[in-house]
Amino acid sequence: MKDQKSTPTTGKAKTETKTGAKTMTGASILWECLEREGVKHVFGYPGGAILPAYDALKHSKIHHILVRHEQGATHMADGYARASGQTGVAVATSGPGATNMVTGIATAMLDSIPIVCITGQVGSKLIGSDAFQETDITGVTLPITKHNYLVTHAGEVARTIREAFYVARSGRPGPVLVDITKDAQQGSCEFDWEAAKPQLPGYRPDLSPAPEEYEQALELIHNSKRPLILAGHGIIVSGAMREVRDFAERAGIPVAMTLLGLGAFPASHPLNLGMMGMHGEAWVNHTIQEADLLLAFGMRFDDRVTGNLKNYASNAKKIHIEIDPAEINKNVKVDVPLVGDLREVLLELLPHVESIDRSDWLDSIDKLKGDSAVRDIQNLPDSAHLYAAHVINDLWRQTRDGNTIVVTDVGQHQMWEAQYYKHEHPRSLITSGGLGTMGFALPAAIGAKVACPEAEVWVVVGDGGFQMTMCELATLVQENLKIHIAIINNGFLGMVRQWQEFFYDRNYAATPLLNPDFAKLAEAYGIRSMTISERSEVVPAVQAARQHDGPVLINFKVEQEDTVYPMVAAGAALHDMIRRPSPIVETAEDE
Amino acid sequence: MLNTFMVYVENKPGVLTRVASLFRRRAFNIDSLTVGRTEKPEVSRMTITVDADRDQARRIEANLYKLVNVLLVENITNQPAIVRDLAMIRVAATHDARSHVLELANVFRARVVDVAPESLTLEITGAEDKIDGLLELLRPYGVLEMVRTGIVAMRRGSKSADGASPTESTAPGAASDDVSYSV
Repeated sequence: MKDQKSTPTTGKAKTETKTGAKTMTGASILWECLEREGVKHVFGYPGGAILPAYDALKHSKIHHILVRHEQGATHMADGYARASGQTGVAVATSGPGATNMVTGIATAMLDSIPIVCITGQVGSKLIGSDAFQETDITGVTLPITKHNYLVTHAGEVARTIREAFYVARSGRPGPVLVDITKDAQQGSCEFDWEAAKPQLPGYRPDLSPAPEEYEQALELIHNSKRPLILAGHGIIVSGAMREVRDFAERAGIPVAMTLLGLGAFPASHPLNLGMMGMHGEAWVNHTIQEADLLLAFGMRFDDRVTGNLKNYASNAKKIHIEIDPAEINKNVKVDVPLVGDLREVLLELLPHVESIDRSDWLDSIDKLKGDSAVRDIQNLPDSAHLYAAHVINDLWRQTRDGNTIVVTDVGQHQMWEAQYYKHEHPRSLITSGGLGTMGFALPAAIGAKVACPEAEVWVVVGDGGFQMTMCELATLVQENLKIHIAIINNGFLGMVRQWQEFFYDRNYAATPLLNPDFAKLAEAYGIRSMTISERSEVVPAVQAARQHDGPVLINFKVEQEDTVYPMVAAGAALHDMIRRPSPIVETAEDE
Repeated sequence: MLNTFMVYVENKPGVLTRVASLFRRRAFNIDSLTVGRTEKPEVSRMTITVDADRDQARRIEANLYKLVNVLLVENITNQPAIVRDLAMIRVAATHDARSHVLELANVFRARVVDVAPESLTLEITGAEDKIDGLLELLRPYGVLEMVRTGIVAMRRGSKSADGASPTESTAPGAASDDVSYSV
């Protein structure tokens, strides 16, 4: 069979045989396959068991970015994938190198991000002997990868890498780990790309709904008086921004966003209500509770967006368009599931969607806004304090017209970013949603900047999360990346402190932080820095950072005991929110 | 209710771990799991019984399909199927007890596979409740040791598994209709 495939292969020909295959080491095959998969950058950290691969790197066109911790490598690969839609690649050695990747892999798993992690493994003869730096990493990562592989022969490298990329990016994307033993990297075999086609007889990423399911969905849509679209991350993954917009506009249906959906539907669009969920806008949560039909587009009814399931949208029928059949009826029972790629499903539905005037419904949603505007911190009289919401709102006003990517960490600043930075475009917000991984922002931003060098990349990070991965400042400088870092510094693990304030009687156990002088820290890395504590200084600082030719760190010293409002307490119903006290005299009706 | 799944998987190292890990991770409790070879060397077949309601059963099926190495899943709970368990039971059998035990074994079509002065070992194949029944009746004599395989199951009729990919044409020339008889 092989002799049919005489296609000349690119790159450095090794020993060409008459079959068109050439003899190469497993390590060389690895890089060759990554190149053929379109990989231009990898994020990694060398070590004993992956050394043969690093030795072969010199022949490759791939640019290797040396990180300072393997967790950083996985977050960088993740940020790279989120910013570009391409598959990100991280490389590490066996044992501690591999286990350091676990957090980043789990982050990518919960947010369905395509990354491929390559780890070295001890020699195949040593497996199971508790050899130096041996960890069963395929066992460790089994529940947090979409799929993983242990490669023990050079001859398996090519097919495995091809399968890994195919699995990572097809269907519902996710992380794939490939563990390659040292002898598999060192060994030689014939390399034949064509012959190494993926063989995945049990893998079916392409599902589509049945015709009668489409009809049922259309009937629900046309009979609905109070429909609402729940716009999730799946829109961006599927590339269905145009179709969602067409659908919403034609049917006159308003759109509520999940955290990872932000940017999938323009914030400025008149049908965009804003973010739903635990820290969503109050009127959005009320709209969900009053709707008679929910159209879930590529979202998975996470507990952070539903609140208590017992009384979640109890008057609404539900249509769930979702690529992963295992998500159907997992948290919320749906009336019509449409399992398939969102864009393809919407293209099928669109010609049959009737244009319906739903202005009554839209007017009633407008009334749900009530006094939300006067409660908004942006509209409160200036108290001479610097609030994080001010910083983010000013940052948005300064950067809104540019090609800007904001990468956040996890916590209060993340929610303020989601509330006050109005995202118009997909992939302009990169944030860890499902796993809520502190320490994500800086490395993910490095990945995003490498993927999109022309974009203006802002890191919005808390003082707690920043210190989890701040070693990657060195990576940033080494790669000469112009990234702006805005530390929202309140001297607390703010979100945890907020929970302690509300639910633990203000017992601030282990949440106050003793911080280094972040400005001096930045200078130690050769990064320009500023420290800001007045509101009037925010805009000039942002402008100065944008004009500076190089990375800048701004330490925003904000109000220490500030609170994210509204808040749906864990286990509470979605409409049962803790609101910011209204400056207007509270009435008995107020919650 | 107890659901029975037939699961065809690629015969590769680690696949059993992936399947077992899935049940643990999604907090479903496996009642019984058996795995063995099939008529195709590259395919293994599992019979899994698990306590789940209809909705959970559907999610188990969907989650099993998410495993890259899983080829085919069928929930045969409500389908006509042949379900078999095998047990070996060592029962105390001295003096006059011995003939009673042999009589019971005879009635249940169990085979005596080992004879010792103080005990008999029976092998019985059948549906789980049949084995449970024999076990109940043997208990007064003293069950010294018992081991069971867990169930294996196959659908009745000439049709092989849906989709047919892993097991197509199990019996070439077999009757084309889907009628079968309990024999």
